[in-house]
Amino acid sequence: MATKQLVQIKINGRNREAMVEPRMLLVHFIRSLTGLTGTHIGCDTSHCGACTVVLDGKTVKSCTMFAVQADGGELLTVEGLIKEGANHPLQDGFKQEHGLQCGYCTPGMLMSSYVLLEKNPTPSEEEIRWGISGNLCRCTGYQNIVKAVQFAAAKLAEGEKHELSHIG
Amino acid sequence: MSCRTSAEVGGMGHSIKRKEDQRFLQGKGNYVDDVQLPDMLFGHMVRSPYAHARLKGVNTEKAMQLPGVVAVITGEDLAKANLAWMPTLFFDKQMVLATGKVLFQSQEVAFVVAEDPYIAADAAELVEVDYEELPVLVDPHKSCDPDAPILREDREQKSNHIFHWEVGDRAATDKVFADASVKASVHAIFQRCHPSPLETCGCVADFNRATGRLTIYLTSQAPHAHRTLFAIVGGIPENNIRVISPDIGGGFGNKVPIYPGYVCAVVASLTTGRPVKWIESRSENLQSTGFARDYHMTADLAATSDGKIQAMRVKTLADHGAFNAAAQPTKFPAGLFSICTGAYDYPTAFCEVDGVYTNKAPGGIAYRCSFRVTEAAYLIERAVDVLALELKMDPAELRLKNFISPHKFPYSSPLGWSYDSGDYAAAMKVALDTIGYDELRKEQAEKRKRGELMGIGISSFVEVVGAGPAHTFDIAGIKMFDSCEIRVHPTGKAMCRMGTKSQGQGHETTYAQIVAEELGIPAADVTVEEGDTDTAPYGLGTYASRSTPVSGAATAMAARKIRDKGRKIAAHLLECSEEDLEWETGKFFVKGAPSKSKTIQDIAFAAYTNMPQGMEAGLEAVDYYDPPNLTFPFGTYICVVDIDKGTGEVKVRRFVAVDDCGNIINPMIVEGQIHGGLTEGFAIAFMQEITYDDSGNVQGGNFMDYLLPTAVETPVWETGKTCTPSPHHPFGAKGVGESPNVGSPAAFVNAVVDALSHLGVKHIDMPIAPWKVWTILKEKGVVT
Repeated sequence: MATKQLVQIKINGRNREAMVEPRMLLVHFIRSLTGLTGTHIGCDTSHCGACTVVLDGKTVKSCTMFAVQADGGELLTVEGLIKEGANHPLQDGFKQEHGLQCGYCTPGMLMSSYVLLEKNPTPSEEEIRWGISGNLCRCTGYQNIVKAVQFAAAKLAEGEKHELSHIG
Repeated sequence: MSCRTSAEVGGMGHSIKRKEDQRFLQGKGNYVDDVQLPDMLFGHMVRSPYAHARLKGVNTEKAMQLPGVVAVITGEDLAKANLAWMPTLFFDKQMVLATGKVLFQSQEVAFVVAEDPYIAADAAELVEVDYEELPVLVDPHKSCDPDAPILREDREQKSNHIFHWEVGDRAATDKVFADASVKASVHAIFQRCHPSPLETCGCVADFNRATGRLTIYLTSQAPHAHRTLFAIVGGIPENNIRVISPDIGGGFGNKVPIYPGYVCAVVASLTTGRPVKWIESRSENLQSTGFARDYHMTADLAATSDGKIQAMRVKTLADHGAFNAAAQPTKFPAGLFSICTGAYDYPTAFCEVDGVYTNKAPGGIAYRCSFRVTEAAYLIERAVDVLALELKMDPAELRLKNFISPHKFPYSSPLGWSYDSGDYAAAMKVALDTIGYDELRKEQAEKRKRGELMGIGISSFVEVVGAGPAHTFDIAGIKMFDSCEIRVHPTGKAMCRMGTKSQGQGHETTYAQIVAEELGIPAADVTVEEGDTDTAPYGLGTYASRSTPVSGAATAMAARKIRDKGRKIAAHLLECSEEDLEWETGKFFVKGAPSKSKTIQDIAFAAYTNMPQGMEAGLEAVDYYDPPNLTFPFGTYICVVDIDKGTGEVKVRRFVAVDDCGNIINPMIVEGQIHGGLTEGFAIAFMQEITYDDSGNVQGGNFMDYLLPTAVETPVWETGKTCTPSPHHPFGAKGVGESPNVGSPAAFVNAVVDALSHLGVKHIDMPIAPWKVWTILKEKGVVT
């Protein structure tokens, strides 16, 4: 067993630290050491995207990264989307447009969609489909997820503010 | 159907938003892998690299020496407790951990238990297994050859043949064929594929030595049945077992069987007295748990020269892998495959199925379908298109000519089903009009002249779901009833507990809507809970589209029992006789004096505070519903494809799905189910396949090789409906979750074949990958 290293990550605005083996995957750090189990694991080849989180403003598949690689970073997970008890427009969109069924892919879908809208507030349907193409869903057929992202884009365009203060 | 309740009450027909969504949207779902218990251990499976090998020894010494390893369990260890084998759900047995030999690649050989999942994985690498390779049997067609290796040496019967099953009149069918003027034949392989829900299978077994109770958090579509099986197989008193199926990340049939990993985790917890978590990886899920299909089918249709179908003959070889781990009703070795005569009216048919063993993962589970209904619907809908080619007749016209007419229901099918209700032509007409069929045919003719490849595919399927009547249907002996318990609290709010288990279908919303419809208690005031065998009434679980037809019916019946008691309470409160009262959703009122009324909430309060003398307190009921028949959802799907000649790529331009599932509880949820099922049907038609090489190495054992569609490949779905209620269901519903997966593969394949039919192509096996189409185009000289 390799020597454990100190890893410090700011997750959803809160500093988290632990001594971990260098081989520990980021997704296990998030799920096991902080109790934030909204980030899921659905495969072992980086295809499904259930583990998608936002690291320093970019989406990463947290099963494809070691926790030590995220040391010093700022991380947003699905648990961080709520602001003062209120849903992010994306969360409202998924509910209003029936963009989820079993819910297992949903956290990853939300995080990919979140970064998509940060970069491109008015995506076309095709851009949304490409934007979530790193995330597999077995239940919805994606059509209502596309609508959910469009719903959120419209709300944000109408001026609905949902700035996450802990995102630097 | 118009809604009888207001939007606030949210009964049937309202697209109310799902009650379960908020926790999933916040990352607060509770899936099995989210269960964290104090002092928990982690299991890791050692698996066979060989498809067929003698197991000469398993050395656990080095693994045990690794710090943090608590136990390594082998097949020999389990054999001492008589647990090396377990029964499957279909008259066979399956090795939990291998003894003597291994029979498929990735078979379970040893189970490592450690303090940490990383250590468990390390230790699994240190388990030394001595194998001696044996000849491998991959091709099911060779399984009964004289020189085929006998795989199952544990069986008395020294053969790889598992069962022969037949239904219908062979002699009468052969006679019709001998005299028929037109015959059509298709050999179609429904390829081995895997449901692959996004959450893999797993469990946390927690044996409490102080109480003697075993709690199993399980990815289970059938928690009650699993509790009983654990009790029978493990010898643990059933009252000391609690199965909790928490949030389930998709099932699609994958989570119906009991898998070796579950049993090992239970044994490990019983042995160590500590909780043991076992979560399989995606590769393990694809390579070892319940596969689906693998039906090698031949269908013949006999018809008159003007296109009237006279008879169908079906011969099928079913590859079950190393163990017959099909999960289906015990009287049906080939499931409900005999629905294969389809939506058409003819009196004569014969169907036979032979099941065989091969060196492949065990199974034969019902992947988003009611036990082989997908194979059946695909077969008849492919065969009808081949017949249309033989007759040079439009496939829509041929179908319309042969549909069972609406006045013939209940219809006795030639293979023994009694279809409850249907209007197949009505659904087809909506589909044809929606897609603009006549215009598309004109466009296709124009394009053909220009050498462009465009196809239109139709599938008019009939399902048989909602198993099932107790006189015919049981799983492992347990009758296929299902249940609901409703408790109405003093303040008029209700709790509903079910024998089923949602895996994403939205039960917490739809069952609440049934209660709202029947009792007038707003759906928002009804909490639905499933999956805890300590609290929910016994039921057989969720698969085969049976939740709405069976547990949904139980919900309505339980609510009606509550209403009956409510009538007595209302009569007491209003000081009138029961006969003087009329029910209007949410209240009883005195006939002719509607202002004299008591709401269901008034009645609930009185049930605890002011009940009539001699009446038991409380307002609750339980119903175990035994359906009088199955239900028969149907629909017509039409697909339009364009084919790129340069690459062989098939582009689905349009897809119209017209479904008839009877009366609808929540249109939004029904549409969502259809979108999802169509996407799985699309994936099966074009992408999903698990094959094996000659050495029995699994191809398609991870997401790199087992292709699933993303949002980019997935077409846009257009949905429509007709409504033909089930006459025997309490509120006329039929079930819908599987229809799109059952009905759509034939529509996709028919469209591709239609695009190439002028070249003489009659059939292409799924998955229709671009290389297959490109190869055909090259063979036919379309491309050079």
